[in-house]
Amino acid sequence: MKIVVIGAGVVGASIARVLSQYEGIEVHLLEKAPDAGMGVSKANTAIIHPGHEDDPDKYPLRAKLCVKGNRLWYRWTKELGIPAKWPGELMVAVEEEDMKVAEHYLELAQKNGVPGVRLVDHDELLKLEPNVNPNAAGALWAPTAGLMASPMAAPAIVENAVDNGVRFHPETEVVGIKIEKGEVRGVETNNGFFDADIVINAAGLYADKISAMAGIDHFTIHPRKGEYYVFDDDAQPKVTRIVHQTPTPITKGVYVITEMNNGLMIGPTAQDLPEEAKEDTSTTEEGLEFVWEWAQKLIKELPPKSMVIRTFAGLRPEPPDGRWIIDAYDDPWGFVNVAGIRSPGLTSAPAIAHYVVEELLIGKLDLKLTKKSHWNPYRNVFWFNTLSLAQQDELIKKNPAYGKVVCMCRVITEGDIVDVINRMKRMGIKTITLDGVKMRTGAMAGTCQGSFCRVRIANIIARESGIPLWKVNIKGEGTEYGIGDIKVLLRGEENAE
Amino acid sequence: MRSEYDVVVIGGGPAGLAAAMKAKELGLSVLLIENRDFLGGIPLQCVHPGFGLHYFREDLTGTEFISRLIEKFEGMGIDYYTSSHVLEITPYSYRHKVLRVVTPKGLLTLQAKTVIYATGARERHMFEIGITGHRIAGIYTAGEAQTMMDIYGIMPGREIVIVGSGDVGLIMARRFTLEGAHVKAVIELMPYPGGLTRNVVQCLEDFGIPLYLSHMVKRIEGKKRVERVILTEVDENLRPRPGTEKELECDTVVLSVGLVPYIKVLEKAGVIVDPSTKGPVVNSYLETSVPGIFVAGNALVINDLVDYVVEQGEEAAEGAYEFVKNGGLPALKWRKLIKGRNIRLAVPHYLADTKDVTIYARVAKPEENVKLRFPEIGKEIRLPLVRPSEMIRVKLRKKDIAQAGDKITMEVVPNE
Amino acid sequence: MSEVKRFNLTCIICPLGCNIEVVVEGDKIISVKGCTCPRGEEYAVQEILSPKRTVMSVVKVRNGMFPTVSVKSDKPVPKEMIPQIMRELSKIEVDAPIRPGQIIVKNILNTGADIVATRAA
Repeated sequence: MKIVVIGAGVVGASIARVLSQYEGIEVHLLEKAPDAGMGVSKANTAIIHPGHEDDPDKYPLRAKLCVKGNRLWYRWTKELGIPAKWPGELMVAVEEEDMKVAEHYLELAQKNGVPGVRLVDHDELLKLEPNVNPNAAGALWAPTAGLMASPMAAPAIVENAVDNGVRFHPETEVVGIKIEKGEVRGVETNNGFFDADIVINAAGLYADKISAMAGIDHFTIHPRKGEYYVFDDDAQPKVTRIVHQTPTPITKGVYVITEMNNGLMIGPTAQDLPEEAKEDTSTTEEGLEFVWEWAQKLIKELPPKSMVIRTFAGLRPEPPDGRWIIDAYDDPWGFVNVAGIRSPGLTSAPAIAHYVVEELLIGKLDLKLTKKSHWNPYRNVFWFNTLSLAQQDELIKKNPAYGKVVCMCRVITEGDIVDVINRMKRMGIKTITLDGVKMRTGAMAGTCQGSFCRVRIANIIARESGIPLWKVNIKGEGTEYGIGDIKVLLRGEENAE
Repeated sequence: MRSEYDVVVIGGGPAGLAAAMKAKELGLSVLLIENRDFLGGIPLQCVHPGFGLHYFREDLTGTEFISRLIEKFEGMGIDYYTSSHVLEITPYSYRHKVLRVVTPKGLLTLQAKTVIYATGARERHMFEIGITGHRIAGIYTAGEAQTMMDIYGIMPGREIVIVGSGDVGLIMARRFTLEGAHVKAVIELMPYPGGLTRNVVQCLEDFGIPLYLSHMVKRIEGKKRVERVILTEVDENLRPRPGTEKELECDTVVLSVGLVPYIKVLEKAGVIVDPSTKGPVVNSYLETSVPGIFVAGNALVINDLVDYVVEQGEEAAEGAYEFVKNGGLPALKWRKLIKGRNIRLAVPHYLADTKDVTIYARVAKPEENVKLRFPEIGKEIRLPLVRPSEMIRVKLRKKDIAQAGDKITMEVVPNE
Repeated sequence: MSEVKRFNLTCIICPLGCNIEVVVEGDKIISVKGCTCPRGEEYAVQEILSPKRTVMSVVKVRNGMFPTVSVKSDKPVPKEMIPQIMRELSKIEVDAPIRPGQIIVKNILNTGADIVATRAA
């Protein structure tokens, strides 16, 4: 039995990982970018939501799978070595009347079976989060909330899935789906035809285009942009908890978090874009101003603007009415949509994966799948800067590359970079990109934003890939670091060596 | 190699090399630690002249200057590590600092009586100056572009827009043009160029490169690589003037928008930082607020001339010598240097009358025909022109400093 | 009757940057005004009659520490020859080791200037 999963974002990757627990199937994970998780999955607030913000009557799947995903991530982050922390979340009632909104979410927490959620008054709020707006009325406290290094998530999941037999095909774009007699036969790609009995569409922003190839074209996915500020790892003050405003009908609102590299991050906005703008991850002046203004209402003090090291934007794949489109169709049989997975998509991904495999493939489509007797859930990974002093010394003595610090802002060594490059190769990546290294290590995303270290890391990639330095690319074809050697323009050539 | 030194110098660029050589000449045991695989720092990639006019009395290229310095350094037999990085400085006691260093041979713990921190500066990036838009290929900081071209021999792009008309931006405009690229414009926020007039002539006018004064880049756009920038005029308050937006097509943006001292390890060690220099607060000996930790070069304050960087390195070494020789610096009555009219930044921040001191300062606004004045001392210097981009260097004699009470004001006033 | 032309230029010899006015009739300098030193006058004349600049760049290197070595012309060369000189330099690849000061190209394009290394390779 051959199963193709289209899209190696966190949802597609999770599905592939769960599938890899079963024997007798060939799983092909296709991804049009050079690496996993380069789309929606890498640019979000990285929160593992408790699950008390979705109304189970309006959005039953979102509510159910978010609570389940929250629990699953505790195990998944540990198994896969994805940095995570569990500080809990405060939905801050800035004004007294916001407490009524917070109460509504307490009710949802009860309905959804989210543990530990309760209202806290002003005094307790200040104890839970000393940097919160001292004039806030109170908050809804949800202790099961967590945070992860989300750019690392999809790559880590895919690494483990590949270790367990999944085949990962990057730079492979699906251009057609073959259906015969009402059944799926396979997918057409720029790299040839893939036979498939089952095709699972987890193509994020482009899930509508893929679905239309299978004849299911009743929905469109439009991007909803969210913009963020990130402060320097050392900027103060920070927050201990996840802090956010009471949600609005369209969005969970602005958050203030201390992300996994220890830098304060604020955002996102929620701006609907036209359907064609699926590639528009540009930041805007208005969007950033909105974030700054709102974040200031939530906490006592933001660090100075001069300590901002990065602004970025991500896109959510919004389905028409906020409902996830997760279904296995009778016609064409074998086609499964996992589309429009907007918030709480990251949190729910492991639960979505189990739902798709257990309820849809095994349940609805009646596939006879048997679990493997041996399945390895673990990804053995470490970074130099997380080891103890004794371990660091020992590691360097075994491999001197770990003694060369390449990214000074975050203490990432050449050994870490080479290790990550080797993992990427082992996973099936053909083009080692600078963004791929950044997603897995945090290098080039610190104070200097790569002005010191990008050229050094590009040199390492060039060496390990056997390509000239200028050909190293940032995130795929058309994003090369340079245009040729330094004399290429004087020689008057178009291409150069 | 030992595990305890009188001085550990962090950084193998011109400030560090000069500091290490001076410390060795003064008879101290010295170790120099450099993060990259080679010594030399930034001048190693500066193929243009303007280096060493004071120090060697010759107009050398950055590369020639640093080559001579490295040769002299290596001839002195000073201990040094390359490819090594200081992770942490812990002030254990008044006279001992413990350094944790990562080297390709293992983790080292070193003890030093004094540390001279000479790690230089980092470049500001687009996010710090509020440029929005797409984060795509084709965006470089000027130093990165310079390293790509003049160390690693690769060409960043062909249709270039340079943001910032300081000397670095101007020099890169010339480099790009000489290597066959098309520099479409240099964009400058202020109503006057940031760099020296001679550089405006030799780098822009020589090649017909337009200089857009009182403009800023608001936005960078493109799909995979830069395709255009959106510019706007700014008013007297440097705010965008509505309705003046224009597009400029290009495939490369080079950001030359300022340097900031790179002092993470010092901040963790607890030094007090001056918000106007973004470098450490120091006294006449270039000692920071943590006793025995000295700083020199661009890590102290952003310099224009490498000669001043070298001078600061040597001063810091002299400070370290005093500290080591006498078991610390004496208890002194320090006078605070107060920034008066039109002084944006000045180091050292605290002065004592035990030795002559060199003040390095910058004005906030350009002015012609002025007097640089120290009223409490009665010192006055006439200057035909002062500009923020040209550092002022002035020596105060110890007997002058002794005249002042507990503060010394430095100000720039019109010359009637 | 020869054409009279007025040129305004900024002197680059020292940081003062004097504004100099040079009046030329045909190909003869009639007057030079605005300098505050003799070097400035010399520069102004040279700049009008035959502007010269030092060329600074890099050339490719085989087997060196870096793929390039920095170079300069050991004296200023006519400004209009620089693009040609740059094209000549783009064709060169030298072998390490190179010493600072070593001549890479003697008398480049007959300008009388040598291209010398300014860094070791």
